[in-house]
Amino acid sequence: MSTRVYVPADATACSLGADPVADTLQGLDLDLDIVRNGSRGLYWLEPLLEIETAAGHIGFGGATAGQIACLFASGIPDASHENCLGLVEEIPYLQKQQRLTCARVGITDPLSLEDYADHGGLAGLEVARAMAAADIVSTVTDSGLRGRGGAAFPTGIKWQTVLNTTAEQKYIVCNADEGDSGTFVDRMIMESDPFVLIEGMLIAGLAVGADCGYIYCRAEYPKAIASLNQAIAIAGEAGHLGDFQLEVRVAAGAYICGEETSLLESLEGKRGVVRFRPPLPAVEGLFGKPTVVNNVISLATVPIILARGADYYRDFGVGRSMGTLTVQLAGNIKQGGLIEVPFGVSLREIVEEFGGGTASGKPIKAVQAGGPLGTYVPSSQLDTPLDYEAFKEIGAMVGHGGLVVFDTDADLGAMARFAMEFCAEESCGKCTPCRIGSVRGVEVIDKIRGGAEPDDNRILLQDLCQTMIDGSLCGLGGMAPLPVLSIMEHFPDEL
Amino acid sequence: MPENKEIETAGEIAKAMAQRPGALLPILHAVQDELGCIPASTVPVIAQALNLSRAEVHGVISFYPFFRSQPAGKKIVYICRAESCQAMGSAALEAHAKQSLGIDYHQTTADGSVTLEPVYCLGNCACSPSVMVDGELHSRVSAARFDELVKA
Repeated sequence: MSTRVYVPADATACSLGADPVADTLQGLDLDLDIVRNGSRGLYWLEPLLEIETAAGHIGFGGATAGQIACLFASGIPDASHENCLGLVEEIPYLQKQQRLTCARVGITDPLSLEDYADHGGLAGLEVARAMAAADIVSTVTDSGLRGRGGAAFPTGIKWQTVLNTTAEQKYIVCNADEGDSGTFVDRMIMESDPFVLIEGMLIAGLAVGADCGYIYCRAEYPKAIASLNQAIAIAGEAGHLGDFQLEVRVAAGAYICGEETSLLESLEGKRGVVRFRPPLPAVEGLFGKPTVVNNVISLATVPIILARGADYYRDFGVGRSMGTLTVQLAGNIKQGGLIEVPFGVSLREIVEEFGGGTASGKPIKAVQAGGPLGTYVPSSQLDTPLDYEAFKEIGAMVGHGGLVVFDTDADLGAMARFAMEFCAEESCGKCTPCRIGSVRGVEVIDKIRGGAEPDDNRILLQDLCQTMIDGSLCGLGGMAPLPVLSIMEHFPDEL
Repeated sequence: MPENKEIETAGEIAKAMAQRPGALLPILHAVQDELGCIPASTVPVIAQALNLSRAEVHGVISFYPFFRSQPAGKKIVYICRAESCQAMGSAALEAHAKQSLGIDYHQTTADGSVTLEPVYCLGNCACSPSVMVDGELHSRVSAARFDELVKA
């Protein structure tokens, strides 16, 4: 019988040489069944080669094409090989996680429906098909699921609003424009378990009465786009889509299109300029019709909620932050990757115990949480638990769960300048505080850093930040000042 | 491709896709995939197929960083400028890239071999700094590795 060997086809794994590893394995004169799985998210170990054994999968980290011949020189290596990491499931980084949304990520063949069903896939859809629309919505509401895109709005409430409307056409739109630095879990889901996103969208369709969906995916994610398109074709051929029309639409590099109204404009074929709200997209969204706009992770979490029940999901987490959070650990970190844990785990546990500290070995200076619009959390606040409310108390945000670690060498004054520069670069231009304020922000920070009337200019910068926060139309201009203000507060020597 | 042929190709693409809801972005992607860019000369046929003004089409092309009106070099090199990559020294990598290629962002080397573009996150943040060359992602890119990638 052939031995099953797994080589990830995930974008990061491939960027580290997974394809030549797979090709070399293919060329060996051994009876191997090579599966191109996704990544488990233990990125410092990629390419992570896994070999199926009676006891489970054993792993070999950092595999290179050159090492393969040596590794397989005396047949298929077993757990006694000196380079073996042991059972992959027992690696503490993985063992300490609670994988619900990402239950199959890195384990299954992303494009095998059989694998998907064998690992619990389609169970949620089956449950949903037997339920009334309103019951699906209340299950999602009861689960406590909040939008994982950043705003943390309760998903069930959004669905209820769309369900309550009467319209000939409603839409399900998946926001897969994952533009925040330090985040990659949407990409992982789309590449490594695309069927779960499709299943989530089908359930959303049943819940609100929509028969058409779009996945708006970044152009920077070619592998995710390919994987989704193949998965949609496979699911369609197998009859799972029914009458539901599902299409992937490719974005074109504008960060602002991750903002939901701008995304809808872009889907309509226009410039991605932010819309005024109200009307909410749930009432007048895509092409003026009621539209559910949810992040990839929110939608990909729906199937397990339906399959296991609202209580099962809600019982993870703390307070009003229920379920699990998919943390993405990035930046200057020794062991970066995907960490799905119940809400409530401390930031310190994530960066020190999972992450193993900085890649450089120097102390941590700050962690930017929640993407480019998130605050810089100083190392003195690392004991803050990762949940929406605790983060709010320290003026930080969880956002999409991205954590970017900086060591003591980092020039945070430069990062504050970058926050404004980024906002100027990505502003859609509709409102003045964002469009002009960000440009002025860069100028004022340059003056402070250049030593020109620093005290007066600091006051001016704070005033400018407040104007942007109060006066901007959407979260870009409204939140870009947050990293700047956090650096001024916690690192006064740097700005 | 001669200009009239480009216009014809763009016109055919636009006509074939015009009936899709919100067709403009998919059309622009298809035209750029086919022609390497969206030449200004093709804007009128695209506008006509969608019953839009030329200004509306131009406005969309110029809004999105991914669309280009001029042909790129043989290789398009994207360097990630976002925070995670900066935490791992991408500012120095950017400086090296610009200096060694002798160009700034959005420019192409005189021999037409490389176009340099900034990008804000490639979703590869656990292995920063990241560079994408012709759609291929590369992790933990040092200055030396960058030179290899550009020359290869």
